Amino acid sequence: MSTRTLPLLFINLGGEMLYILDQRLRAQNIPADKAKKDWLEEERKRVMNDIITTMFNKKFLEELFKPQELYSKKALRTVFDRLAHASIMRLNQASMDKLYDLMTMAFKYQVLLCPRPKDILLVSFNHMDAIRDFVKDTPGILSQVDETNKQLIEVIYTPLSGGEFQLIRQTLLIFFQDMHIRVSIFLKDKVQNSNGRFVLPTSGPVPYGTHIPGLIRIFSCSGEELRRMQFRDGGNYSATLREGSFEMYGDRVIKLGTNMYSVSRPVETHMSGTSKNSSQHTKVNTTPNPLAKEELNLLARLMGGLEVQKSTNTDSGFRVNLFATDEEEEEALISRPDELSYEVISIQATKDKQTNAALAKIMGEFGETSEPAPSSSSKGDDLLAMMDGL
Amino acid sequence: MSKMYHKEKSIQLKSSASALYNNLSVLRIAPRCLTYFTVVHANVVNMVSASWDGLNYSHRQLQSKEGNVATSSSLIMQAAWCVLPSRDLLVLTSQKGIQMYESDGSIMVYWHALDTPETPTAKAVFARGIAAVREKYICVGVSSGSVLVFDVPSKGSNITLSEVLEEHKEAITDMASECSGNLECIADLVSADDSGLLCVWKSGEDFQLLNKIPGFDTSCSSVKLWKGTVIAGYGTGQIRLYEGVTGILLAEVNAHARWIYSLDIAPFTGLLISAAEDSWVRVWHLSLTPETNSVEIEHMYNECVTDTQICGARFCDGDGYAFAVTGYDLSEIIRYTQA
Repeated sequence: MSTRTLPLLFINLGGEMLYILDQRLRAQNIPADKAKKDWLEEERKRVMNDIITTMFNKKFLEELFKPQELYSKKALRTVFDRLAHASIMRLNQASMDKLYDLMTMAFKYQVLLCPRPKDILLVSFNHMDAIRDFVKDTPGILSQVDETNKQLIEVIYTPLSGGEFQLIRQTLLIFFQDMHIRVSIFLKDKVQNSNGRFVLPTSGPVPYGTHIPGLIRIFSCSGEELRRMQFRDGGNYSATLREGSFEMYGDRVIKLGTNMYSVSRPVETHMSGTSKNSSQHTKVNTTPNPLAKEELNLLARLMGGLEVQKSTNTDSGFRVNLFATDEEEEEALISRPDELSYEVISIQATKDKQTNAALAKIMGEFGETSEPAPSSSSKGDDLLAMMDGL
Repeated sequence: MSKMYHKEKSIQLKSSASALYNNLSVLRIAPRCLTYFTVVHANVVNMVSASWDGLNYSHRQLQSKEGNVATSSSLIMQAAWCVLPSRDLLVLTSQKGIQMYESDGSIMVYWHALDTPETPTAKAVFARGIAAVREKYICVGVSSGSVLVFDVPSKGSNITLSEVLEEHKEAITDMASECSGNLECIADLVSADDSGLLCVWKSGEDFQLLNKIPGFDTSCSSVKLWKGTVIAGYGTGQIRLYEGVTGILLAEVNAHARWIYSLDIAPFTGLLISAAEDSWVRVWHLSLTPETNSVEIEHMYNECVTDTQICGARFCDGDGYAFAVTGYDLSEIIRYTQA
């Protein structure tokens, strides 16, 4: 459908990922020793900077912003896997799954609740504003983020009509179709029901440009109003708020897309009780090959632009757990329902020799071009040793 | 005051409804005591045939087509039955083209491929907006704003593209033909687009543009034509009624708090149903006085489908005795009948 959906999907999902990682990194900063605390704080900032730098890599974004159809869920998950590992931070499979669940459900919620389709842009700006804040002390990365923001505004989205934004929204909703994972922070705030569906209130301010329902006006042939009547609309709507700013800086008015996590409000997802529908739905990509050739080419171009500090040894690097304990993390991996497993693209999955060779080359390139700096891996070792001692 | 409608047993679907305008089509087959329903899910159309006694349901799924590929992932924008005097056809519009089937979905009788560019362009390409006009035309809208007019023989697959109407500059959203059955009506077809522009046409060997009613900077997502009156639903939640040939605004209703997704008319009684992202389905009654060119619109009924963004609402019969509703992410067709 819309060929301009991918940048919005990427930026908003990326933004949610950063919110969650930031919260977990802060939450794991438990040692009482001030020196260790400061050091962990340094590491947190470094992880965030590394990921944001990768996210806003110029070549990568150039590819992303080209008009194209949305990626499959698999392909997008692979991109975020790479992104999440763009620093010395390491996530186990279960934590990565949970991270992705949270990101996608959060953005699905934001897309659904947007008053107008155009407001998805304001949600994106909320994420961009927060990202800018994460890197405000690092001018190099900050200018990258600002440049992307400018591109978003001027080149891509300002000329779009309301109808075209609705097409983008409809495309996103197809991507999120049938996802009903329950997120405890949503359940607690009563924005999600226990069946995984979001609450859609029939009250509150109407979108900018919409009138409060209730009025019927009848006109004469000459255009004058003959009479007006009221009908009972059954809801409890109020007047619209002012319009949010679509400029580089400004009050966005809409709260969707701002950071809802904090150290005191941790996030959990519930795997059980997901609706039967999730196993019933027909997958959009019905191609028999798990990795469509087009997607592979796209991924190759994208990955070529990503500088990744890849470490094959999962023990080095700074491990982040999205669960309260290691045991919970292990349990989550084992008990994850089949229909909710994310099939990350792996070399073994492809039977096509050519595809296989191409993918191997891409993966190989990562290993060659990016050696972790000696200092960082030793820092990682130090950290791990320290955590073992806790 | 007792409720006008009450909820009936829902019909289960094989997959959930996608968030697309006018995402429900109904075909009533009186001689066989059956009603067919179609609901679009991404690249698949779910078709259900329901017997009137509520005892028998049968399902069929149709997939989008693409060139020579057997199955396609291209997304379907709309599916609708076209009722012509001699035959009924089921039309599917997708990102790649237009498919026409026999009414039970068993055989595809025609395929028209859209001009899709090699590399994707900033403006998406797709077909959307379906209407059967008079005895032999099926009209389909395109994202470029073109309206394709197909000439349909009384039987067989010799369907031809007879004309391309170029008045709209923005993507077509919906189209509707005169549904009152009154052959004296001058206007046969109305087409709507993303800018809110409405074009009113008279059919024939060459379709004639009767009027262009400008939009007010907001998309018109659903449109109906009844007794010469254009009924249009907009992204702002408003419904507007225009006299078709003259373009005179007759009435304006602040009907919904969110984008309207579906409108339908019961031609025998003048009942109008509107449904939107705000979870509300509303039933209105229209009465037209042609002598004074005036309209009366009375609000009759509200139904809130809790926590659902509605994407399709249709009457199941010409009197408006029953209606059906679909919603995004819902795997059922919810039905209501008059109490």
